[in-house]
Amino acid sequence: MPDLDNLRQKAWSAGLIVLFFVAWELFCLMTGMSDLILPRPSQIFTTLIQKFPILWPHILQTLATTMLGFVFGVALGVVLGAIIGVSKTAYDTCYPLLVGFSSIPKVAIVPILVLWFGSGTVPAVLTALSICFFPIVVNIATGLATTEPELEDVLKALGASKFDILWNVGLPRTMPFFFASLKVAVSYAFVGAVLSETVASNRGIGNVMMTASSNFNVPLVFAGLFVLAGLGVALYVVFSLIEGRVTGWATRKNDLIAT
Amino acid sequence: MPLADSPAPIAIELSDASVTFGRGSRAVPALAKTNLRIAEGEFVALVGPSGCGKSTILRLASGLVQPTTGAVIVGGREVAARALRVGMAFQNPTMLPWMTIERNIMLPLKIVEPYRSQFRKLRRTAFRDKANALLEQVGLKGFGSNYPWQLSGGMLQRANLCRALIHEPRLLLLDEPFGALDQFTREELWSILQGLWMTHKPTVLLVTHDLREAGFLAGRICVMSARPGRILDDNSVEFARPRTVAMTFEPDFVALNQKLRALIVDARATPQEGG
Repeated sequence: MPDLDNLRQKAWSAGLIVLFFVAWELFCLMTGMSDLILPRPSQIFTTLIQKFPILWPHILQTLATTMLGFVFGVALGVVLGAIIGVSKTAYDTCYPLLVGFSSIPKVAIVPILVLWFGSGTVPAVLTALSICFFPIVVNIATGLATTEPELEDVLKALGASKFDILWNVGLPRTMPFFFASLKVAVSYAFVGAVLSETVASNRGIGNVMMTASSNFNVPLVFAGLFVLAGLGVALYVVFSLIEGRVTGWATRKNDLIAT
Repeated sequence: MPLADSPAPIAIELSDASVTFGRGSRAVPALAKTNLRIAEGEFVALVGPSGCGKSTILRLASGLVQPTTGAVIVGGREVAARALRVGMAFQNPTMLPWMTIERNIMLPLKIVEPYRSQFRKLRRTAFRDKANALLEQVGLKGFGSNYPWQLSGGMLQRANLCRALIHEPRLLLLDEPFGALDQFTREELWSILQGLWMTHKPTVLLVTHDLREAGFLAGRICVMSARPGRILDDNSVEFARPRTVAMTFEPDFVALNQKLRALIVDARATPQEGG
Protein backbone atom coordinates (compact mmCIF):
# COMPACT_ATOMS: atom_id res chain seq x y z
CA MET A 1 0.00 0.00 0.00
CA PRO A 2 1.46 3.37 -0.97
CA ASP A 3 -0.11 5.04 2.09
CA LEU A 4 1.69 2.73 4.46
CA ASP A 5 4.99 3.29 2.64
CA ASN A 6 4.38 6.99 2.93
CA LEU A 7 3.73 6.72 6.68
CA ARG A 8 6.85 4.63 7.19
CA GLN A 9 8.89 7.19 5.30
CA LYS A 10 7.52 9.97 7.50
CA ALA A 11 8.30 7.96 10.64
CA TRP A 12 11.90 7.53 9.50
CA SER A 13 12.24 11.26 8.82
CA ALA A 14 10.82 12.15 12.25
CA GLY A 15 13.07 9.56 13.87
CA LEU A 16 16.14 11.07 12.27
CA ILE A 17 15.28 14.53 13.59
CA VAL A 18 14.78 13.20 17.13
CA LEU A 19 18.01 11.21 16.85
CA PHE A 20 19.85 14.37 15.78
CA PHE A 21 18.78 16.26 18.92
CA VAL A 22 19.43 13.30 21.22
CA ALA A 23 22.94 12.90 19.78
CA TRP A 24 23.55 16.62 20.20
CA GLU A 25 22.36 16.53 23.85
CA LEU A 26 24.51 13.47 24.63
CA PHE A 27 27.54 14.95 22.90
CA CYS A 28 27.32 18.12 25.04
CA LEU A 29 26.78 16.13 28.25
CA MET A 30 29.62 13.72 27.62
CA THR A 31 32.18 16.31 26.55
CA GLY A 32 31.07 18.78 29.24
CA MET A 33 30.70 21.43 26.53
CA SER A 34 30.31 24.98 27.86
CA ASP A 35 26.93 26.48 26.99
CA LEU A 36 28.82 29.58 25.87
CA ILE A 37 29.98 27.55 22.88
CA LEU A 38 27.29 24.97 22.19
CA PRO A 39 24.25 24.86 24.47
CA ARG A 40 22.27 21.64 24.80
CA PRO A 41 18.96 21.38 22.90
CA SER A 42 17.09 21.08 26.19
CA GLN A 43 18.56 24.42 27.33
CA ILE A 44 17.68 25.99 24.02
CA PHE A 45 14.08 24.82 24.16
CA THR A 46 13.76 26.04 27.76
CA THR A 47 15.11 29.47 26.74
CA LEU A 48 12.77 29.48 23.79
CA ILE A 49 9.74 28.90 25.99
CA GLN A 50 10.84 31.38 28.69
CA LYS A 51 11.69 34.15 26.24
CA PHE A 52 8.81 33.51 23.90
CA PRO A 53 6.79 36.61 24.98
CA ILE A 54 9.84 38.75 24.18
CA LEU A 55 10.53 36.91 20.92
CA TRP A 56 6.94 37.06 19.63
CA PRO A 57 6.91 40.69 18.35
CA HIS A 58 10.22 40.03 16.62
CA ILE A 59 8.83 36.91 14.99
CA LEU A 60 5.93 39.00 13.69
CA GLN A 61 8.33 41.65 12.45
CA THR A 62 10.43 39.10 10.55
CA LEU A 63 7.34 37.45 9.10
CA ALA A 64 5.89 40.80 8.05
CA THR A 65 9.06 41.96 6.27
CA THR A 66 9.43 38.55 4.62
CA MET A 67 5.87 38.53 3.34
CA LEU A 68 5.97 42.15 2.17
CA GLY A 69 9.21 41.55 0.29
CA PHE A 70 7.80 38.31 -1.05
CA VAL A 71 4.57 39.87 -2.32
CA PHE A 72 6.40 42.70 -4.10
CA GLY A 73 8.99 40.25 -5.39
CA VAL A 74 6.30 37.99 -6.82
CA ALA A 75 4.54 40.92 -8.49
CA LEU A 76 7.77 42.14 -10.04
CA GLY A 77 8.80 38.61 -10.97
CA VAL A 78 5.50 37.82 -12.70
CA VAL A 79 5.55 41.01 -14.75
CA LEU A 80 9.20 40.60 -15.79
CA GLY A 81 8.75 36.87 -16.43
CA ALA A 82 5.70 37.48 -18.62
CA ILE A 83 7.53 40.12 -20.67
CA ILE A 84 10.61 37.96 -21.09
CA GLY A 85 8.63 34.79 -21.75
CA VAL A 86 6.44 36.27 -24.48
CA SER A 87 9.10 38.04 -26.49
CA LYS A 88 12.29 36.39 -27.65
CA THR A 89 13.88 39.80 -28.16
CA ALA A 90 13.05 40.91 -24.63
CA TYR A 91 14.45 37.62 -23.35
CA ASP A 92 17.76 38.01 -25.15
CA THR A 93 18.01 41.67 -24.18
CA CYS A 94 17.13 41.43 -20.51
CA TYR A 95 18.65 38.13 -19.53
CA PRO A 96 22.31 39.22 -19.10
CA LEU A 97 21.30 42.13 -16.89
CA LEU A 98 19.05 39.89 -14.78
CA VAL A 99 21.73 37.27 -14.37
CA GLY A 100 24.21 40.00 -13.44
CA PHE A 101 21.85 41.41 -10.83
CA SER A 102 20.98 38.04 -9.37
CA SER A 103 24.63 37.07 -9.02
CA ILE A 104 25.36 39.95 -6.61
CA PRO A 105 25.54 38.60 -3.05
CA LYS A 106 22.57 40.36 -1.53
CA VAL A 107 24.33 41.09 1.76
CA ALA A 108 26.38 43.59 -0.26
CA ILE A 109 23.38 45.73 -1.14
CA VAL A 110 22.12 46.07 2.42
CA PRO A 111 24.57 48.91 3.27
CA ILE A 112 23.40 50.77 0.18
CA LEU A 113 19.75 50.32 1.11
CA VAL A 114 20.51 51.52 4.65
CA LEU A 115 22.22 54.56 3.16
CA TRP A 116 19.06 55.39 1.20
CA PHE A 117 16.28 54.36 3.56
CA GLY A 118 17.86 54.20 7.02
CA SER A 119 18.00 50.98 9.00
CA GLY A 120 14.85 49.02 9.84
CA THR A 121 11.93 47.63 7.92
CA VAL A 122 12.42 49.17 4.48
CA PRO A 123 15.86 47.70 3.69
CA ALA A 124 14.69 44.32 5.02
CA VAL A 125 11.68 44.33 2.69
CA LEU A 126 13.79 45.43 -0.27
CA THR A 127 16.46 42.82 0.39
CA ALA A 128 13.78 40.13 0.58
CA LEU A 129 12.32 41.41 -2.68
CA SER A 130 15.62 41.57 -4.51
CA ILE A 131 16.58 38.06 -3.52
CA CYS A 132 13.23 36.37 -4.23
CA PHE A 133 12.07 37.75 -7.59
CA PHE A 134 14.61 35.96 -9.75
CA PRO A 135 13.33 32.36 -9.45
CA ILE A 136 9.85 33.67 -10.29
CA VAL A 137 11.07 35.44 -13.42
CA VAL A 138 12.90 32.34 -14.64
CA ASN A 139 9.98 30.00 -13.99
CA ILE A 140 7.29 32.19 -15.54
CA ALA A 141 9.45 32.77 -18.60
CA THR A 142 10.15 29.04 -18.97
CA GLY A 143 6.49 28.16 -18.60
CA LEU A 144 5.49 30.62 -21.29
CA ALA A 145 8.23 29.52 -23.65
CA THR A 146 7.06 25.89 -23.55
CA THR A 147 3.60 26.45 -25.06
CA GLU A 148 3.04 23.96 -27.91
CA PRO A 149 3.41 25.67 -31.28
CA GLU A 150 0.56 23.58 -32.74
CA LEU A 151 -1.91 24.85 -30.19
CA GLU A 152 -0.74 28.38 -30.84
CA ASP A 153 -1.41 27.81 -34.56
CA VAL A 154 -4.88 26.45 -33.86
CA LEU A 155 -5.72 29.55 -31.84
CA LYS A 156 -4.10 32.03 -34.23
CA ALA A 157 -6.08 30.51 -37.09
CA LEU A 158 -9.19 31.30 -35.06
CA GLY A 159 -8.10 34.91 -34.94
CA ALA A 160 -6.83 34.84 -31.34
CA SER A 161 -4.74 37.82 -30.25
CA LYS A 162 -1.44 37.44 -28.43
CA PHE A 163 -3.25 38.35 -25.26
CA ASP A 164 -5.92 35.66 -25.83
CA ILE A 165 -3.20 33.05 -26.15
CA LEU A 166 -1.32 34.34 -23.12
CA TRP A 167 -4.45 34.44 -20.98
CA ASN A 168 -6.00 31.11 -22.00
CA VAL A 169 -2.93 28.99 -22.60
CA GLY A 170 0.36 30.64 -21.58
CA LEU A 171 -0.45 31.78 -18.07
CA PRO A 172 -2.34 28.65 -16.92
CA ARG A 173 0.51 26.58 -18.31
CA THR A 174 3.03 28.49 -16.17
CA MET A 175 1.08 27.83 -12.96
CA PRO A 176 2.96 24.66 -11.94
CA PHE A 177 6.25 26.44 -12.62
CA PHE A 178 4.97 29.51 -10.80
CA PHE A 179 3.88 27.68 -7.67
CA ALA A 180 7.04 25.60 -7.62
CA SER A 181 9.00 28.85 -7.72
CA LEU A 182 6.86 30.38 -4.92
CA LYS A 183 8.17 27.77 -2.49
CA VAL A 184 11.72 28.66 -3.39
CA ALA A 185 11.03 32.39 -3.48
CA VAL A 186 9.43 32.50 -0.03
CA SER A 187 12.48 30.77 1.44
CA TYR A 188 14.71 33.27 -0.35
CA ALA A 189 12.65 36.22 0.87
CA PHE A 190 12.99 34.90 4.40
CA VAL A 191 16.76 34.66 4.02
CA GLY A 192 16.84 38.22 2.66
CA ALA A 193 14.72 39.65 5.44
CA VAL A 194 16.75 37.99 8.21
CA LEU A 195 20.00 38.99 6.55
CA SER A 196 19.04 42.62 6.46
CA GLU A 197 17.68 42.55 10.02
CA THR A 198 20.93 41.04 11.23
CA VAL A 199 23.05 43.70 9.58
CA ALA A 200 20.89 46.75 10.06
CA SER A 201 17.76 46.80 12.18
CA ASN A 202 16.64 47.06 15.77
CA ARG A 203 13.76 44.67 15.31
CA GLY A 204 13.29 41.14 14.05
CA ILE A 205 14.75 37.74 14.89
CA GLY A 206 17.98 38.54 13.07
CA ASN A 207 18.51 41.51 15.34
CA VAL A 208 17.60 39.51 18.47
CA MET A 209 20.28 36.99 17.59
CA MET A 210 22.83 39.72 16.92
CA THR A 211 22.12 41.39 20.28
CA ALA A 212 22.09 38.08 22.17
CA SER A 213 25.39 37.15 20.61
CA SER A 214 27.07 40.37 21.72
CA ASN A 215 25.74 39.69 25.27
CA PHE A 216 27.10 36.14 25.14
CA ASN A 217 23.55 34.88 25.67
CA VAL A 218 24.33 31.84 23.52
CA PRO A 219 21.17 29.82 24.36
CA LEU A 220 19.10 32.78 23.11
CA VAL A 221 21.16 32.92 19.89
CA PHE A 222 20.34 29.27 19.30
CA ALA A 223 16.71 29.83 20.29
CA GLY A 224 16.58 32.46 17.55
CA LEU A 225 18.09 29.97 15.14
CA PHE A 226 15.40 27.41 16.02
CA VAL A 227 12.70 30.01 15.51
CA LEU A 228 14.14 30.78 12.08
CA ALA A 229 14.28 27.11 11.17
CA GLY A 230 10.69 26.65 12.30
CA LEU A 231 9.47 29.68 10.34
CA GLY A 232 11.39 28.68 7.24
CA VAL A 233 9.91 25.20 7.26
CA ALA A 234 6.43 26.55 7.98
CA LEU A 235 6.57 28.97 5.03
CA TYR A 236 7.80 26.23 2.73
CA VAL A 237 5.07 23.85 3.85
CA VAL A 238 2.32 26.43 3.41
CA PHE A 239 3.35 27.13 -0.17
CA SER A 240 3.82 23.45 -0.95
CA LEU A 241 0.25 22.82 0.18
CA ILE A 242 -1.05 25.70 -1.94
CA GLU A 243 0.93 24.34 -4.90
CA GLY A 244 -0.59 20.89 -4.48
CA ARG A 245 -4.12 22.26 -4.40
CA VAL A 246 -3.86 24.69 -7.29
CA THR A 247 -1.81 22.70 -9.78
CA GLY A 248 -2.87 19.15 -9.03
CA TRP A 249 -3.41 18.61 -12.76
CA ALA A 250 0.31 18.75 -13.39
CA THR A 251 1.15 15.89 -11.05
CA ARG A 252 -1.90 13.68 -11.44
CA LYS A 253 -0.74 11.61 -14.39
CA ASN A 254 -0.15 8.69 -12.01
CA ASP A 255 -3.63 8.00 -10.70
CA LEU A 256 -5.24 7.15 -14.02
CA ILE A 257 -8.86 6.13 -13.60
CA ALA A 258 -8.77 3.76 -16.60
CA THR A 259 -11.97 4.13 -18.54
CA MET B 1 -5.00 20.06 -64.03
CA PRO B 2 -7.47 21.99 -61.92
CA LEU B 3 -11.05 20.98 -62.29
CA ALA B 4 -13.30 22.91 -64.61
CA ASP B 5 -15.46 25.55 -62.93
CA SER B 6 -17.65 23.76 -60.43
CA PRO B 7 -21.11 25.06 -59.64
CA ALA B 8 -20.45 25.59 -55.91
CA PRO B 9 -18.75 28.88 -54.89
CA ILE B 10 -14.98 28.80 -54.41
CA ALA B 11 -13.86 28.33 -50.81
CA ILE B 12 -10.10 28.54 -51.32
CA GLU B 13 -8.17 29.77 -54.26
CA LEU B 14 -4.39 29.83 -54.58
CA SER B 15 -3.34 31.75 -57.65
CA ASP B 16 0.37 31.56 -58.47
CA ALA B 17 0.98 31.41 -54.73
CA SER B 18 4.53 30.56 -53.75
CA VAL B 19 6.26 30.56 -50.38
CA THR B 20 9.93 31.09 -49.68
CA PHE B 21 11.22 31.06 -46.13
CA GLY B 22 14.20 33.29 -45.32
CA ARG B 23 15.88 35.81 -47.60
CA GLY B 24 18.89 36.17 -49.86
CA SER B 25 21.37 33.32 -49.91
CA ARG B 26 19.58 31.54 -47.08
CA ALA B 27 16.21 31.54 -48.80
CA VAL B 28 14.48 28.17 -48.80
CA PRO B 29 11.73 27.74 -51.36
CA ALA B 30 8.96 25.70 -49.73
CA LEU B 31 6.25 25.97 -52.33
CA ALA B 32 6.63 26.67 -56.04
CA LYS B 33 3.98 28.78 -57.83
CA THR B 34 0.82 26.85 -57.16
CA ASN B 35 -2.70 27.14 -58.49
CA LEU B 36 -5.44 25.38 -56.59
CA ARG B 37 -9.17 25.94 -56.41
CA ILE B 38 -11.35 24.25 -53.87
CA ALA B 39 -15.11 24.59 -54.00
CA GLU B 40 -17.20 25.03 -50.87
CA GLY B 41 -18.06 21.73 -49.22
CA GLU B 42 -15.33 19.82 -51.02
CA PHE B 43 -13.10 17.34 -49.22
CA VAL B 44 -9.61 17.60 -50.68
CA ALA B 45 -6.60 15.53 -49.66
CA LEU B 46 -3.00 16.62 -50.31
CA VAL B 47 -0.49 13.82 -50.66
CA GLY B 48 3.16 13.85 -51.67
CA PRO B 49 6.71 13.16 -50.56
CA SER B 50 7.68 14.47 -47.13
CA GLY B 51 8.79 18.08 -46.97
CA CYS B 52 7.04 18.91 -50.23
CA GLY B 53 5.04 21.87 -48.94
CA LYS B 54 1.74 20.16 -48.13
CA SER B 55 1.64 21.73 -44.71
CA THR B 56 2.67 25.05 -46.24
CA ILE B 57 -0.49 25.04 -48.35
CA LEU B 58 -2.46 24.37 -45.19
CA ARG B 59 -0.76 27.23 -43.39
CA LEU B 60 -1.44 29.50 -46.38
CA ALA B 61 -5.12 28.63 -46.24
CA SER B 62 -5.22 29.31 -42.49
CA GLY B 63 -3.55 32.69 -42.86
CA LEU B 64 -0.65 31.62 -40.63
CA VAL B 65 1.73 32.11 -43.55
CA GLN B 66 1.49 34.83 -46.17
CA PRO B 67 2.35 33.95 -49.76
CA THR B 68 5.71 35.31 -51.00
CA THR B 69 4.22 35.80 -54.45
CA GLY B 70 0.71 35.41 -55.80
CA ALA B 71 -2.47 35.49 -53.78
CA VAL B 72 -4.50 33.27 -51.49
CA ILE B 73 -8.20 33.94 -51.46
CA VAL B 74 -10.35 32.29 -48.82
CA GLY B 75 -14.09 32.83 -48.82
CA GLY B 76 -13.82 35.54 -51.46
CA ARG B 77 -11.24 37.62 -49.57
CA GLU B 78 -7.50 37.70 -49.53
CA VAL B 79 -6.31 35.99 -46.34
CA ALA B 80 -5.26 37.75 -43.20
CA ALA B 81 -5.04 35.56 -40.14
CA ARG B 82 -7.28 37.83 -38.05
CA ALA B 83 -10.34 37.58 -40.21
CA LEU B 84 -10.51 33.79 -40.58
CA ARG B 85 -12.30 31.36 -38.32
CA VAL B 86 -10.91 28.15 -39.65
CA GLY B 87 -10.86 24.95 -37.63
CA MET B 88 -7.49 23.22 -37.43
CA ALA B 89 -6.30 19.88 -36.09
CA PHE B 90 -2.79 18.50 -35.99
CA GLN B 91 -1.26 15.13 -35.25
CA ASN B 92 -0.68 16.23 -31.66
CA PRO B 93 -4.10 16.76 -30.03
CA THR B 94 -2.73 19.48 -27.66
CA MET B 95 -5.60 19.30 -25.19
CA LEU B 96 -4.91 21.62 -22.26
CA PRO B 97 -4.25 19.38 -19.24
CA TRP B 98 -5.92 21.64 -16.68
CA MET B 99 -9.28 21.70 -18.39
CA THR B 100 -11.91 19.01 -18.80
CA ILE B 101 -12.46 17.68 -22.33
CA GLU B 102 -15.68 19.68 -22.53
CA ARG B 103 -13.93 22.94 -21.70
CA ASN B 104 -11.05 22.11 -24.05
CA ILE B 105 -13.52 21.67 -26.86
CA MET B 106 -15.21 24.96 -26.00
CA LEU B 107 -11.92 26.88 -26.23
CA PRO B 108 -12.58 28.21 -29.78
CA LEU B 109 -15.92 29.61 -28.56
CA LYS B 110 -13.94 31.69 -26.09
CA ILE B 111 -12.03 33.27 -28.98
CA VAL B 112 -14.30 33.49 -32.01
CA GLU B 113 -17.19 35.90 -32.39
CA PRO B 114 -20.19 35.77 -32.15
CA TYR B 115 -19.66 33.13 -29.45
CA ARG B 116 -16.98 35.08 -27.64
CA SER B 117 -19.22 37.80 -26.28
CA GLN B 118 -21.77 35.24 -25.07
CA PHE B 119 -19.24 32.86 -23.59
CA ARG B 120 -19.71 33.76 -19.93
CA LYS B 121 -23.46 33.59 -20.27
CA LEU B 122 -23.76 30.34 -22.21
CA ARG B 123 -20.73 28.26 -21.23
CA ARG B 124 -22.71 26.22 -18.73
CA THR B 125 -25.79 25.81 -20.89
CA ALA B 126 -26.02 26.10 -24.68
CA PHE B 127 -22.27 25.89 -25.37
CA ARG B 128 -21.85 22.92 -23.12
CA ASP B 129 -24.70 21.13 -24.86
CA LYS B 130 -23.08 21.93 -28.19
CA ALA B 131 -19.79 20.40 -27.03
CA ASN B 132 -21.54 17.31 -25.73
CA ALA B 133 -23.55 16.87 -28.91
CA LEU B 134 -20.29 16.78 -30.87
CA LEU B 135 -18.73 14.40 -28.35
CA GLU B 136 -21.68 12.08 -28.79
CA GLN B 137 -21.21 12.18 -32.55
CA VAL B 138 -17.60 11.00 -32.26
CA GLY B 139 -18.47 8.29 -29.73
CA LEU B 140 -17.24 10.08 -26.62
CA LYS B 141 -20.59 10.53 -24.93
CA GLY B 142 -20.15 11.03 -21.20
CA PHE B 143 -16.44 11.83 -21.38
CA GLY B 144 -16.91 15.60 -21.35
CA SER B 145 -16.09 15.98 -17.67
CA ASN B 146 -12.95 13.86 -17.87
CA TYR B 147 -9.49 15.33 -18.02
CA PRO B 148 -7.25 14.71 -21.05
CA TRP B 149 -4.87 12.43 -19.15
CA GLN B 150 -7.74 10.05 -18.54
CA LEU B 151 -8.27 9.44 -22.27
CA SER B 152 -6.37 7.33 -24.79
CA GLY B 153 -4.63 8.77 -27.86
CA GLY B 154 -7.50 7.85 -30.17
CA MET B 155 -10.05 9.43 -27.83
CA LEU B 156 -7.99 12.61 -27.60
CA GLN B 157 -7.83 12.82 -31.37
CA ARG B 158 -11.62 12.55 -31.56
CA ALA B 159 -11.87 15.36 -29.02
CA ASN B 160 -9.42 17.29 -31.18
CA LEU B 161 -11.81 16.97 -34.14
CA CYS B 162 -14.63 18.23 -31.95
CA ARG B 163 -12.55 21.26 -30.95
CA ALA B 164 -11.83 21.99 -34.60
CA LEU B 165 -15.56 21.91 -35.43
CA ILE B 166 -17.27 23.47 -32.42
CA HIS B 167 -17.43 26.99 -33.84
CA GLU B 168 -18.93 25.66 -37.09
CA PRO B 169 -16.05 26.72 -39.31
CA ARG B 170 -16.71 26.71 -43.04
CA LEU B 171 -13.12 25.57 -43.54
CA LEU B 172 -11.49 22.68 -41.73
CA LEU B 173 -7.72 22.19 -42.06
CA LEU B 174 -6.28 18.86 -40.96
CA ASP B 175 -2.54 18.20 -40.85
CA GLU B 176 -1.99 14.45 -40.55
CA PRO B 177 -4.50 14.25 -37.73
CA PHE B 178 -4.33 10.47 -37.46
CA GLY B 179 -0.60 10.05 -38.06
CA ALA B 180 0.21 8.95 -34.55
CA LEU B 181 -2.57 6.37 -34.19
CA ASP B 182 -2.56 2.63 -34.76
CA GLN B 183 -4.15 1.23 -37.91
CA PHE B 184 -7.45 0.14 -36.35
CA THR B 185 -8.03 3.35 -34.43
CA ARG B 186 -7.17 5.27 -37.56
CA GLU B 187 -9.73 3.41 -39.67
CA GLU B 188 -12.33 3.96 -36.98
CA LEU B 189 -11.61 7.68 -37.02
CA TRP B 190 -11.90 7.84 -40.81
CA SER B 191 -15.52 6.78 -40.49
CA ILE B 192 -16.08 9.29 -37.70
CA LEU B 193 -14.53 12.12 -39.72
CA GLN B 194 -16.57 11.09 -42.76
CA GLY B 195 -19.71 11.19 -40.62
CA LEU B 196 -18.83 14.64 -39.28
CA TRP B 197 -18.15 15.94 -42.77
CA MET B 198 -21.41 14.52 -44.13
CA THR B 199 -23.45 16.23 -41.39
CA HIS B 200 -21.61 19.57 -41.12
CA LYS B 201 -20.37 19.87 -44.73
CA PRO B 202 -17.37 22.11 -44.13
CA THR B 203 -14.72 22.51 -46.82
CA VAL B 204 -11.91 20.19 -45.76
CA LEU B 205 -8.25 20.29 -46.69
CA LEU B 206 -6.48 17.19 -45.37
CA VAL B 207 -2.73 16.65 -45.46
CA THR B 208 -1.80 12.99 -45.16
CA HIS B 209 0.89 10.42 -45.90
CA ASP B 210 -1.60 7.60 -45.96
CA LEU B 211 -2.98 6.98 -49.47
CA ARG B 212 -5.76 4.72 -48.19
CA GLU B 213 -6.80 7.49 -45.84
CA ALA B 214 -6.87 9.98 -48.72
CA GLY B 215 -8.89 7.58 -50.89
CA PHE B 216 -11.33 6.78 -48.11
CA LEU B 217 -12.05 10.35 -47.09
CA ALA B 218 -11.45 12.71 -49.98
CA GLY B 219 -13.53 13.66 -52.97
CA ARG B 220 -10.40 14.90 -54.63
CA ILE B 221 -6.74 14.02 -54.18
CA CYS B 222 -3.93 16.39 -55.19
CA VAL B 223 -0.48 14.86 -55.56
CA MET B 224 2.45 17.16 -54.93
CA SER B 225 6.02 17.13 -56.20
CA ALA B 226 9.13 17.13 -54.05
CA ARG B 227 10.31 20.42 -52.53
CA PRO B 228 9.69 23.11 -53.63
CA GLY B 229 6.27 21.61 -54.06
CA ARG B 230 3.75 22.13 -56.76
CA ILE B 231 0.64 20.18 -57.67
CA LEU B 232 1.41 17.40 -60.13
CA ASP B 233 -1.88 15.65 -60.41
CA ASP B 234 -5.47 16.24 -59.41
CA ASN B 235 -7.76 13.18 -59.12
CA SER B 236 -11.40 13.16 -58.29
CA VAL B 237 -12.48 10.19 -56.22
CA GLU B 238 -15.94 9.02 -57.10
CA PHE B 239 -16.61 6.16 -54.68
CA ALA B 240 -20.09 6.35 -53.17
CA ARG B 241 -20.50 7.59 -49.60
CA PRO B 242 -20.61 6.61 -46.86
CA ARG B 243 -17.48 4.64 -47.66
CA THR B 244 -16.44 1.64 -45.64
CA VAL B 245 -13.05 0.21 -44.73
CA ALA B 246 -13.89 -2.91 -46.76
CA MET B 247 -14.16 -0.75 -49.87
CA THR B 248 -10.50 0.21 -49.53
CA PHE B 249 -9.59 -3.37 -50.51
CA GLU B 250 -11.68 -3.48 -53.69
CA PRO B 251 -9.94 -3.44 -57.09
CA ASP B 252 -10.97 0.13 -58.09
CA PHE B 253 -9.70 1.52 -54.84
CA VAL B 254 -6.46 -0.43 -54.98
CA ALA B 255 -5.92 0.75 -58.57
CA LEU B 256 -6.30 4.39 -57.47
CA ASN B 257 -3.88 3.76 -54.63
CA GLN B 258 -1.31 2.28 -56.96
CA LYS B 259 -1.62 5.15 -59.39
CA LEU B 260 -1.05 7.69 -56.60
CA ARG B 261 1.81 5.64 -55.23
CA ALA B 262 3.54 5.56 -58.60
CA LEU B 263 3.19 9.35 -58.91
CA ILE B 264 4.74 9.93 -55.50
CA VAL B 265 7.58 7.49 -56.08
CA ASP B 266 8.31 9.36 -59.30
CA ALA B 267 8.14 12.72 -57.58
CA ARG B 268 10.57 11.58 -54.93
CA ALA B 269 13.04 10.43 -57.58
CA THR B 270 13.00 13.71 -59.55
CA PRO B 271 13.29 16.72 -57.31
CA GLN B 272 12.09 19.93 -58.97
CA GLU B 273 14.42 22.82 -59.71
CA GLY B 274 13.74 26.49 -59.08
CA GLY B 275 10.38 27.89 -58.09
